[in-house]
Amino acid sequence: MTPYAAIVLAAALLAAGAPAIAAANPAGTIKNSRGSASIEREGQKLAAPAGAAVLGSDRIVTGADGSVGIMLLDDTLLSVGPNSTVSLDKFAFDPATNDGALSASVKRGTMAVISGKLAKKTPGTVQFSTPSAILGVRGTEFVIDVGDGQK
Amino acid sequence: MMASPLLLLVPLLAALWPAPPRVTETITLLPNADGRPSAVVVRSANGETVIDRPYLSASVFAGGAVTPKDQEPAYVKARYSATLSALPEAAAVYVVYFDAGTDLLTPESAERIKQIRAQLARRAEPEIALVGHADRVDMPGYNDELSLRRAAAVQRVLVAAGIADRRIVTIGRGARELLVDTRDGTIEPGNRRVEIRVR
Repeated sequence: MTPYAAIVLAAALLAAGAPAIAAANPAGTIKNSRGSASIEREGQKLAAPAGAAVLGSDRIVTGADGSVGIMLLDDTLLSVGPNSTVSLDKFAFDPATNDGALSASVKRGTMAVISGKLAKKTPGTVQFSTPSAILGVRGTEFVIDVGDGQK
Repeated sequence: MMASPLLLLVPLLAALWPAPPRVTETITLLPNADGRPSAVVVRSANGETVIDRPYLSASVFAGGAVTPKDQEPAYVKARYSATLSALPEAAAVYVVYFDAGTDLLTPESAERIKQIRAQLARRAEPEIALVGHADRVDMPGYNDELSLRRAAAVQRVLVAAGIADRRIVTIGRGARELLVDTRDGTIEPGNRRVEIRVR
């Protein structure tokens, strides 16, 4: 089974009320990918093509010509701009109840966010952070710019 | 000739006076697609600010102060164009309806699904869930089977339009999730439906 099919299946099972599949902790799917872009996962650097699965502890890294658009399982939309590093720190989502948690940090560069079901249901469980700040969202679209990422 | 004390002081002050702190991070609120009010609270070690209207940004300074600042929409769109253009298309739900007791689309839905499948086929990496439903005319076991057949009928239409089978899951919910609440045995066209959820 492809990683993609695994995510679709996991999403379908979750939607049908089956217990959460804990093993790989799928968090979402890369919907578009341009230029130099990679996923860092458990010390390994992987390609980040459209269709690839994103896990709840992945780091997305782009080069000067790179960008990546991601849809998380709760329908949160993320786009990582050029010269950026974004780390997913936590992801959990139960589609039956829309409960869960999301936290991600922008280490370098830019990321745009359109928040999804988690932020709608329980805004307090969704947190984005930068090297110097913590963002609380209230049902929102916004863009984060941390430049070279130094404090 | 001796320089005046005042002139000597100027370079000294410039050297001692701290440069204004540099903005290290900027968080900018964008307009919500649904037009509803929204906000982001930006909290640093030395302050907090709430950005609560489109194109209002929070500037985080080296040292940790946070202050609000209005940005020009054109500036934001240009500066972040590469980032914003990478945002995926939002998830959507479409609903099509069926004739009583069958997996045949109503004439209106048979027309409508042509537009829907074109929109689905245009999406990047679509993940599609087809959730079939029945009304409460028949028995639960039959409604489960009928609702799944309806989902499968929509699947065939989408696959015929070139959408890969592996992108689609079908689910039959029987009469468990009525759009229009009715008693057992009630004919209700609004409940004979398939939700096409795409993300």
